[in-house]
Amino acid sequence: MDRFSLARLLRQGFSGHSGWGAQWRAPEAPLAAYDVVIVGGGGHGLATAYYLAREHNIRRVAVIERGWIGGGNTGRNTTIIRSNYLMPESAGLYDHSMKLWRTLSRELNYNVMYSPRGVMMLAHNVHDVQVSMRHIHANRLAGVDNEWLTPAQAKAFCPPLNIGGDLRYPVLGAALQRRGGTARHDAVAWGFARAASALGVDIIQNCAVTGLARDAAGAISGVETTRGNIATRKVGVVAAGHTSVVMGMAGVRLPLESYPLQALVSEPVKPAFPCVVMSNTIHAYISQSDKGEMVIGAGTDAYVSYSQTGGLHIATQTLDAICELVPQFRRLRMLRNWGGIVDLSPDRSPILSKTDVPGLYVNCGWGTGGFKATPGSGNLFAHTVAHDEPHPINAPFSLARFDTGRLIDEAAAAAVAH
Amino acid sequence: MKFTFDGRPYEARRGDTLAAALIRNGVHLMGRSFKYHRPRGVLAAGAEEPNALVEIDRGGARRTPNLRATVVEVFDGMVARSQNRTPSLRFDVGAVNDLLAPFLPPGFYYKTFMWPIGAWAKLYEPLIRRAAGLGRAPDLPDTDRYTQRFAHCDVLVIGAGPAGLAAAAEAAAAGMRVMLCDEQAEFGGSLLSDPAAAAGLHETLAALFANPRATMLCRTTAFGIYGDNLVGLAERVTDHLPDPDPALPRERLWQVRAKRIVVAAGAIERPLVFPGNDRPGIMLGDAARIFATRYGANPGRNAVVVTACDTGADVARDLAASGVRIARVIDLREGFRVTGTSGRLRVSFIGIERGGAREKIPCDLVAMCGGWTPSIHLYSQARGKPRFDAALGAFVPDTEVSNLICVGACAGDMPGAYRAGIAPVSSEGRAFVDFQNDVTAKDLELATREGFRSIEHVKRYTTTGMATDQGKTSNINALGIVAGALGATIPEIGLTTFRTPYTPVTFGTLAGHSRGDLFDPVRTTPMHQLAVAAGAVFEDVGTWKRARYFPRAAEDMHMAVARECRMVRDSVGMFDATTLGEIEVVGADAAEFMNRVYINAWTRLAPGRCRYGVMLGENGFVMDDGVVGRLAPDRFHVTTTTGGAARVLAAMEDYRQTEWPELRVWLTSVSEQWAVIAVQGPRAREALLPLVDGLDISAAVMPHMSVVEGTFLGIEMRLFRVSFSGEMGFEVNVPADYGHAAWEAISARVGACQGGLYGTEAMHVLRAEKGFIIVGQETDGTATPDDVGLAWAIGKAKPDFIGKRSLTRSGMSGPRRQLVGLRTDDPATVLEEGAQITATTDDNRPLGHVTSAYGGATVGHSIALAMIESGRDRLGATLQVRMPGRAIAVRVTAPVFYDPEGARLDA
Repeated sequence: MDRFSLARLLRQGFSGHSGWGAQWRAPEAPLAAYDVVIVGGGGHGLATAYYLAREHNIRRVAVIERGWIGGGNTGRNTTIIRSNYLMPESAGLYDHSMKLWRTLSRELNYNVMYSPRGVMMLAHNVHDVQVSMRHIHANRLAGVDNEWLTPAQAKAFCPPLNIGGDLRYPVLGAALQRRGGTARHDAVAWGFARAASALGVDIIQNCAVTGLARDAAGAISGVETTRGNIATRKVGVVAAGHTSVVMGMAGVRLPLESYPLQALVSEPVKPAFPCVVMSNTIHAYISQSDKGEMVIGAGTDAYVSYSQTGGLHIATQTLDAICELVPQFRRLRMLRNWGGIVDLSPDRSPILSKTDVPGLYVNCGWGTGGFKATPGSGNLFAHTVAHDEPHPINAPFSLARFDTGRLIDEAAAAAVAH
Repeated sequence: MKFTFDGRPYEARRGDTLAAALIRNGVHLMGRSFKYHRPRGVLAAGAEEPNALVEIDRGGARRTPNLRATVVEVFDGMVARSQNRTPSLRFDVGAVNDLLAPFLPPGFYYKTFMWPIGAWAKLYEPLIRRAAGLGRAPDLPDTDRYTQRFAHCDVLVIGAGPAGLAAAAEAAAAGMRVMLCDEQAEFGGSLLSDPAAAAGLHETLAALFANPRATMLCRTTAFGIYGDNLVGLAERVTDHLPDPDPALPRERLWQVRAKRIVVAAGAIERPLVFPGNDRPGIMLGDAARIFATRYGANPGRNAVVVTACDTGADVARDLAASGVRIARVIDLREGFRVTGTSGRLRVSFIGIERGGAREKIPCDLVAMCGGWTPSIHLYSQARGKPRFDAALGAFVPDTEVSNLICVGACAGDMPGAYRAGIAPVSSEGRAFVDFQNDVTAKDLELATREGFRSIEHVKRYTTTGMATDQGKTSNINALGIVAGALGATIPEIGLTTFRTPYTPVTFGTLAGHSRGDLFDPVRTTPMHQLAVAAGAVFEDVGTWKRARYFPRAAEDMHMAVARECRMVRDSVGMFDATTLGEIEVVGADAAEFMNRVYINAWTRLAPGRCRYGVMLGENGFVMDDGVVGRLAPDRFHVTTTTGGAARVLAAMEDYRQTEWPELRVWLTSVSEQWAVIAVQGPRAREALLPLVDGLDISAAVMPHMSVVEGTFLGIEMRLFRVSFSGEMGFEVNVPADYGHAAWEAISARVGACQGGLYGTEAMHVLRAEKGFIIVGQETDGTATPDDVGLAWAIGKAKPDFIGKRSLTRSGMSGPRRQLVGLRTDDPATVLEEGAQITATTDDNRPLGHVTSAYGGATVGHSIALAMIESGRDRLGATLQVRMPGRAIAVRVTAPVFYDPEGARLDA
């Protein structure tokens, strides 16, 4: 891998950039056999392949992607990164990722633009305040930063925010995680792809999985694809909303429901919004990209669907909320509106797990919040695949928890009001 | 009309766009590009314009950035400014980026700015953010209004050019309800720049305007097609008016459900890709023609037309007829190549080459005719799959979409001579493809060399097609270049998704009236005004406003709540419980339905009696609770939590309709029908007795947990004997219309008994002293009935209820968090809700958290409820509540602090 650096950029500038090669190798077809096949070339799958090669020295790895890498939720989300989750298991998982974000650009030699500009979650009623305080206390004990801001402090941290009396739901305060922020989503996929490829991982695009082969004992023996059959003893499925479909090929049923989730951006403007602001109660979140676009997201559509376009009313409700919180943005304009399919588990926590099928592993259920976990998810899933045993951090996120009832319910954070 | 641009005054004619007026005034430099800050004039004459973006300032909060000068209509007194330049449009320091361009290839930011760790966010990113962006966001809350309308029609015609007008006229003549919308200020489309068409256009429009079944919407962009022929239209109502009527909204969102949609969105001309193709004065041929013929604003005196199809000849003819000298028509089909242009703020020369012979032609206008791209955006949003038409060099509609047709140029229907294929590209030097984002042909080729082979990857890596014009003029050229670089065909490269909106839509338009109190309906009870008059402080609970406490002079919340609590314990208090959800469950199988939905057993509950019901989700965790009264064998009056009312009914209906359709049971929400007044305290009976028209409400006839139907001062009443306070209590249900009057009557009686009003905060304290849980506070979606001490409520003999099977899972027993009480050593110390609890100060493993904590108004010490791992096994143990920098020792107790025997309930 040719290293990226300012010096090289300057040298190439003088020679018309003729020396840049492909950022990752793109074999047309897979080899006949690999040690591990990862199904799904999004951020999580590519990160898994990278860490398999980097930390576990398993380099005969293929990432099989039906379309183009990073083309699913990796390239469709609103790029928010935070780790101030309520449950100790979740905080551990997301904070593991947060620590990797800090040095990820250097590690991958690819600027993923991790920008810890602060994520502020607003509280609008007494119940919100109680929930926020519970998060803050739990996070502090777990060593995860999260602090309470009064409305005035929230306004000072984010001057465009409306905390005035004209709000339907007043801002009663906010929970701030300063290490939270954003990153550049495409760069995460490409950076992992480039670094994994350099370590020997094959990235096969436009290659759909058509079957999972099992041996007489029921263990995984291979993957059937539109570009030929691959012999392998280990398959990791990381296919977001379509994970159920792939796992169904091995007879494994997953407790997932798929919903459309929309996002939108405004036209680019000069810096006008310094941090990330989220409101669960009035369902909206907003940050400003480096390009200048306001990046805005909302809750999921109401019904399960595989349609990547949601209803107009979702976008209008989201902008209702944004215009309440930042009324000066009413004159901004929506430039682009799109949807993705998110895979939700019953407890709104991910599944990073072995399965009952020997050699078959699954990483899914990230729902509306998977981007932030990309490096940590890949890192822990690689460990799980390499050792045939979960890492202590992801052990609670097993598929078995839906049998035992030991759920990790982050929806608890949005528990019903009294 | 007079207007200013960057402070300089100019004159305009009625009907001018800002771009037309500036051109007529000889102003061609209108903007700076995004990345390199290159000087730019207009490229186009319509909504596809990438370059000439301006800010219109109507004073105060009414400043709008990023508007296209080619769309903005000039009004008298308009103040327009250029943007993305410092200090001025002519001399922009940002143009240093242009000098550094050799070192700023696509994706340069992915390859550097990585050292040292953390410097990206602190050092590099702020610099890049300041350089990026286009206009300045408004900094004051918008004072304009926006409205929304919903409409239905037989035929919605999108685009009022020749094809759309013909379709609308025919549909209207056939008696259909027609809506015709067009993004421009005038109807006519391409006919507007064809003087010969004026008379026919006028006649067609006159007929349509005279037809009462036709709705004509100009300045209205169809920006998106959604499921089942729902079309979003954005109508600009006042932006073109010098002094708009304040009664008018600025913009209006139409959501139109159309039986049939006719898309007649036309086609957009493509620029040519050659070195230096971005200087002011270089524009699309059709744009030059429109400025000259429609606006009488010749975009130059001395023009060179460069063309890849026969459009060039027509453009040259029309420009010449308008008095523009045509220096040369360069037809690329004849082997010419453009080698470059010169001129800093306006084009002055164009260089061409053929067979080695080079020539420089002086000019002040270059008209580019690179062929036409049908506007298939809406067709594609409606799930149509286009095909590539090689002769046209563009995608055209292919698969059928039900109840939608494309007509005219957007269907690929245009003169054969206008079919340019993909025009040849001269990619040496800097030949721009995406003008706003400064993406050159070389950038696209570099991206393919770096392994970005899908058009989606190339788009994201180079940002081509991602500017505010969303690639309307650039996408096909980019596809052609990428296909060429990869040796593939355009269909193999694919097509990026056409996302909504077609052109940007104002946030305010989409939000409409939804601001302040109209953001979400404010629900108030029939007694709300009485609470306001009593000085209540309110809190938001869901969409409801609930009275939290009633402070008297100089009282803070703490003092008011303490007084209200003592009042309930000592005499009597009244409380507005109307917001609780109420569902009437009726039918022969009502008890069986209740058995399946709630954990409790209902079969043997006698009519006239109440029971505290607990409902689980399928996971076996507590979802809702409330008192249920059985009014008759086939009739239950169910109450839910305030926040859970809608969710519980929805869940019940889901089961009734999909799982148990055989049950004879009907569900009706009656939350809005009843006003509910809780009267609680030792003197509650005394307070109510004179009001219930002789009803015997003695403890013997009406014990705790009973319900009776009667009258209240002659009004229909359901009277519940229930308590959430720990005192003897009643809940008076009267029809909502009588709530106000009943409240006043009870209030007088309560006052006479030394009682008064209490709010939700006192209610919380009273119930916490009694150890009653609140769903959503003690529970959080992870608590089983046993966890919160409600295992007794489970009907053990029932074959099934929602969540029963989940309760048998292995993880549902064993060391789980359980509801307990906490006492502090210092009775004045009030714990903090949400605080975490550990075994010792050395051990950071959380055992649980404080769910409720209060001063304990009437028990003489502070109280807290908590969920603690194996809590019931730890009674008497000392644990640590972990606070910032310290810990508070607490003793684990039973969760009931007041009247544990329950004697007061039965009084």
